[in-house]
Amino acid sequence: MTDEPLLRVSALSKFYGSRVGCENVTFDLWPGEVLAVVGESGSGKTTLLNCLSTRLLPSSGTASYRMRDGQRRELYRMSEAERRFLMRTDWGFVHQNPADGLRMTVSAGANVGERLMAVGDRHYGRIRATAVDWLSRVEIDDDRIDDEPRAFSGGMRQRLQIARNLVTGPRLVFMDEPTGGLDVSVQARLLDLLRGLVTDLGLAAIVVTHDLAVARLLSQRMMVMKDGRVVESGLTDRVLDDPRAPYTQLLVSSILQV
Amino acid sequence: MATPLVVSDVAKSFTMHLRDGVTLPVVKGVSFSIRAGECAVLGGPSGAGKSSILKMLYGNYAVDEGQIIVQHGGGLIDLASASPRTVLSVRRHTIGYVSQFLRTVPRVSALDVVAEPLVERGEDRETARAKARALLAQLNLPEKLWALPPATFSGGEQQRVNIARGFITEHPILLLDEPTASLDARNRDVVVELIDAKKTAGVALLGIFHDLDVRDAVADRVIDVTAFAAGKIAA
Repeated sequence: MTDEPLLRVSALSKFYGSRVGCENVTFDLWPGEVLAVVGESGSGKTTLLNCLSTRLLPSSGTASYRMRDGQRRELYRMSEAERRFLMRTDWGFVHQNPADGLRMTVSAGANVGERLMAVGDRHYGRIRATAVDWLSRVEIDDDRIDDEPRAFSGGMRQRLQIARNLVTGPRLVFMDEPTGGLDVSVQARLLDLLRGLVTDLGLAAIVVTHDLAVARLLSQRMMVMKDGRVVESGLTDRVLDDPRAPYTQLLVSSILQV
Repeated sequence: MATPLVVSDVAKSFTMHLRDGVTLPVVKGVSFSIRAGECAVLGGPSGAGKSSILKMLYGNYAVDEGQIIVQHGGGLIDLASASPRTVLSVRRHTIGYVSQFLRTVPRVSALDVVAEPLVERGEDRETARAKARALLAQLNLPEKLWALPPATFSGGEQQRVNIARGFITEHPILLLDEPTASLDARNRDVVVELIDAKKTAGVALLGIFHDLDVRDAVADRVIDVTAFAAGKIAA
């Protein structure tokens, strides 16, 4: 455990004209920590995720990131090229729709290998071996390595997207509804896989989800958002078992019991 | 003698915003301490707030007022006002908790569920599994179940997995929320043995036991929770 946060976010806001995307969001994220951001559609959680991953620039506020060399860098003062490099090497982004995060017309192996080549690996045999290894870690049979993700099921595509993101050994992964749109049985398998990978690799992650069960299973800490603002935050089990804010109580009481 | 846990003037109420903001007082003025090597038991009828107190001590419920002072990492911290990150560290190293129900994770075997807290504390996986096997055997869980995820186990089997998971570590403070509720007599005796071993090892234990035999066998003293009733006028 380190004493310095990996990511430090202060008073982050994003406005679309006069409309609030997210407002005044402040938090720290430490290495190995998984933070869930929950809230209903339109609560600003995806806007926040896009600002944090610098896919979108905020209207105001700061975010600093501790680079591998231990130096803190202000994310929104980096050059576009530096941010792209960070995104390719030290970060991952798992989209809700795998088609947004994969290249659908190249093979599964190439999808994984491409990220390795982006960080400078040029040895074909080694790239392929690493790709095979990662496909097996996300439970894709190695005889599918030359198939295109177009031929994969939704759950397999999502697992492939995860392998593509984790192959470079990132320290921070952003996930936008990683289990959205999947059947529950496929969801359970994916969650279990994610949980194992996050623990084994000591990843820090920010997971946006509207599913409180997903948040409970994956995260240690949670932020609840409504109308662009954080209405409650804390330990995940504390927020879910003893919700304090009116909106969190509504969310928790709306879970269907099976 | 060392006192790893001191609770002073803790109060808790629930505000139900969906019920027009009605406030349900639970407890107030909760004050006690637990010494190393003793097992104290929270006593009182259902609804007196025993479980709520235990959950506050684990950081699972928020605390409205008061302090929960815990010896942690060579210093003292106030759990009632600690950051989530500190609470997580306290759970990993200082306070263990055996709940009534096991929250299972799909596809993880009973053996790994039990071994996990040790792995989190940095033990290597095989050593942790060896210790998990020994505990599950002691608790008479059939060996053929060890490799299976506990989701489909019976209540008593799940509870034994839960107990093994709670007792496997060497946390200096251990909270027990009715660990024997769905166990038969033979396994209740095993739990009593496990608690005695913890006491000998200098662990501070605080538990809720509705089973009077078990309670009489393990309790060094009973803390009467009705004294902390939030409706009561302060003496």
